[in-house]
Amino acid sequence: MKSQQAGATTRGVGRWMFGGALVLLMLFTLFPFYWAIVASFTSDAALFRDPSLIPQPLIFDHYRALFTERDFITPIRNSLVVAGTTTLFCLTVGTLAAYALARIEFRGKAPIMAFILAVTMFPQISIVSPLYLLLRSLHLIDTYPGLIMPYMTFAMPLTVWVLTGSIRQIPKDLEEAAHVDGATRRQSFTKILLPLAVPSLATTGILTFIYCWNEFLFALSFTLGPERQTVPVAIALFRGQYQVPWGEILAAAVVATAPVAAMVLVFQRRIVQGLTAGAVKG
Amino acid sequence: MAKISLEEVDKIYPNGYVAARDLSLDVADGELLVLVGPSGSGKSTVLRMMAGLERVTDGVIRIGDRDVTDLPPQQRDIAMVFQNYALYPHMTVRENLGFGLTIRKQPPSLIGERVRTIAASLGLDALLDRKPAQLSGGQRQRVALGRAIVREPLAFLFDEPLSNLDAQLRVETRVELSRLHRKLGATMVYVTHDQSEALTLGDRIAVLKEGVLQQIATPMELYQRPANKFVAGFIGSPAMNFIEGVIQRSGDPGKGAGMCIFKGIDLTLDVPCDGEARGRVYLGVRPQHIEVSADGQNRPRAEVGVVEPMGNELIVYVTLSGGDKLVAVAPPQAPIKPGDIVSIRVRPEGVHIFDADSGKRIDPTPQRL
Repeated sequence: MKSQQAGATTRGVGRWMFGGALVLLMLFTLFPFYWAIVASFTSDAALFRDPSLIPQPLIFDHYRALFTERDFITPIRNSLVVAGTTTLFCLTVGTLAAYALARIEFRGKAPIMAFILAVTMFPQISIVSPLYLLLRSLHLIDTYPGLIMPYMTFAMPLTVWVLTGSIRQIPKDLEEAAHVDGATRRQSFTKILLPLAVPSLATTGILTFIYCWNEFLFALSFTLGPERQTVPVAIALFRGQYQVPWGEILAAAVVATAPVAAMVLVFQRRIVQGLTAGAVKG
Repeated sequence: MAKISLEEVDKIYPNGYVAARDLSLDVADGELLVLVGPSGSGKSTVLRMMAGLERVTDGVIRIGDRDVTDLPPQQRDIAMVFQNYALYPHMTVRENLGFGLTIRKQPPSLIGERVRTIAASLGLDALLDRKPAQLSGGQRQRVALGRAIVREPLAFLFDEPLSNLDAQLRVETRVELSRLHRKLGATMVYVTHDQSEALTLGDRIAVLKEGVLQQIATPMELYQRPANKFVAGFIGSPAMNFIEGVIQRSGDPGKGAGMCIFKGIDLTLDVPCDGEARGRVYLGVRPQHIEVSADGQNRPRAEVGVVEPMGNELIVYVTLSGGDKLVAVAPPQAPIKPGDIVSIRVRPEGVHIFDADSGKRIDPTPQRL
C-alpha cells in the first residue's frame, strides 16, 4: 500500500517535471518570436529607453511605414513568385524522379542517389561566383528565372531525396494490386501512389518553400535593385548608414513569417492524419 | 474461366538466385491448385509470374489459349488476393471493390450493381462507405476477396491470404473460400506454406522446393504415396519419421518373394518391397503407424522424452537406444509419462522407402503372380 502510494507520488513528480521542462522549452523557443512581435509594436524611442514585455502604447507606425514609406509589397510578391515557382517545379519534377528512384530498377541507381546527396552538401558560397558568371552570360541577372534556377540547385536534391524515402515507405503491393486490377503504370501512379504521397508532398513542399523564402545569399547576389529583391534581402537593406530601424525590421520579419507559419499550421493537420493507415494489415 | 499452364519456366534473379527451375505445371479449368513449400521454395514467385508481376527468365506461360508470357498484369485478366490484402487506403470499400471495373471504363450503373451484389454476398453492405483503416482484419480480407470477384476474371491467384488472420477466422475463411470455389467454378491458384491448409483446400497440390517441382497430385495421393523424402516429410502432421538403414531381400521364401528385411540401428523389420530394393535407404513411417506400448516388455525399447496431449490423441516423442528419435501417436488415455521405457512397433503396411542418396520413393509393390 505504502509503496503504491510512493509510486503514485513519483509518477506525479515525474509528470510535474515533464510539464515544467515543456514550459521551459516553449519559453526558450517562443520568446524570441514574442519579443520580435512586441518590439514591432513599440516605438523606436521606447525600445531603446525602457523596453517592456507588454507594448504600451501599441504603436502601428512600423507596419504603416512598411507599406507607405517603403515598398514592402514588392519583395513579398517577389518572394512568393520565386519560392512558389521553385516549390512547384521541384514537386513536379521531384515526384517523377523520386518515383523512378524508388520503384524502377535501373543500373546506377545507388551512384545517382549518392550524387544527389553530395550536391546538397556544396557550400552555397562556393558556387555563387560561377553561377553569377553563368547567369550574366545568359542575361538572367535580376530576373525571376535567374533566381528560380539557382534555387533549384539546392531545393531539387532535397525534394528528390526526401520524396524517394517517403515513396519507398508506401507498400509496393498497392500498385501491384492496381496493375492486376487492370491499371496501367500511369494509372497506378496517378490513382494510387500520388494520392497516398500527398502528405509527404505537402511536407516536402513546405520545407522547400520555407527554404526558398528565407534564402539570402543567392537573392542578394543575383538581384540588382528593389524590383526583384526578395524579403530577406529587402529587410537586410533596411539598415541605413547611420541607423538601424529595428522596429521596422522586426515588423517586416513578422509580416514575412506570419503567412508561412499559418501555412504550416494549416497543412500540418493533413500531414499528421497519416493517410496510409489501414492499407495493409495492422 | 480458363486453364493456366506453365511450360519449362525458369526464373533466375540477377544475383543468381534461382526461384524456379524447369517448372511445368497445368492448372485445369475450374481447378483449385495449391502451391505449397517452405519459405524460399519459390512458390510466391511462381504465383507472381502467373500474375505478370515478375517476368520469366525462360519458358512460356499460358492463360486459356493465350500466350501471356510477355503481357503486363493489366492485360492478363486475372485477379490476385495479396497476403496483406493491399486495399487502397484512400478509397472507400465501395471504391476498392469497383476499382477494377472503373479502370476498365465500365458504365457506373453496372459497377454500382456488381459492387452491391458482391458486397451483399460477402456481408459487406453496411461497410461500403468505410475506409480500410476502419475495418477489422477479417473484414479487410473479405474486401480483398470481393475486389477480386467483382471483375469476373479468368483466374484467381491467392498469395497466403489467410496468414494474417487469427486461428478461428482462418478456419472459417478457409471454408468460405472452398465454398466460393465451388460456387464460382473458378480456376484458382493458392499459395501457402501451411500443409494443412493445402490438404484441406486443394483439388491438387504442387509441392515446391528451391524452385523445383517435387510432386503434383491430389491431397490423398500426396499423403499416401509421396514421391520423395522431402514431400513425405513436408506433408502430414506430425511430420513423418525417417529411420536410416539398409534393405535387402528376404532370404526366407516362406515370407514371400516380395518381402525384404530392413535393418536399422535399433530396428529390424520385414517390409513389402519390389525385387530391386537394396542398399542404403530411409524408412519413412508416419507417427500414426507407430504403436507405443507402455509395458516396455518387447524390443525395440525406447525412452519417452516429451508427451503432448492433443485431446483426441497423445503425441509421444521417444528416443531409441541407438539414438534414433521417433514421434508416435498414442490413444489419449494411454498411461505414458516422460521418462518411461516403452516398446515400439512399426506397422509394416504404413512404411515408405526412400533411396538414401536421391531421396526418391522406392515403391514397395509386392511381386505377386
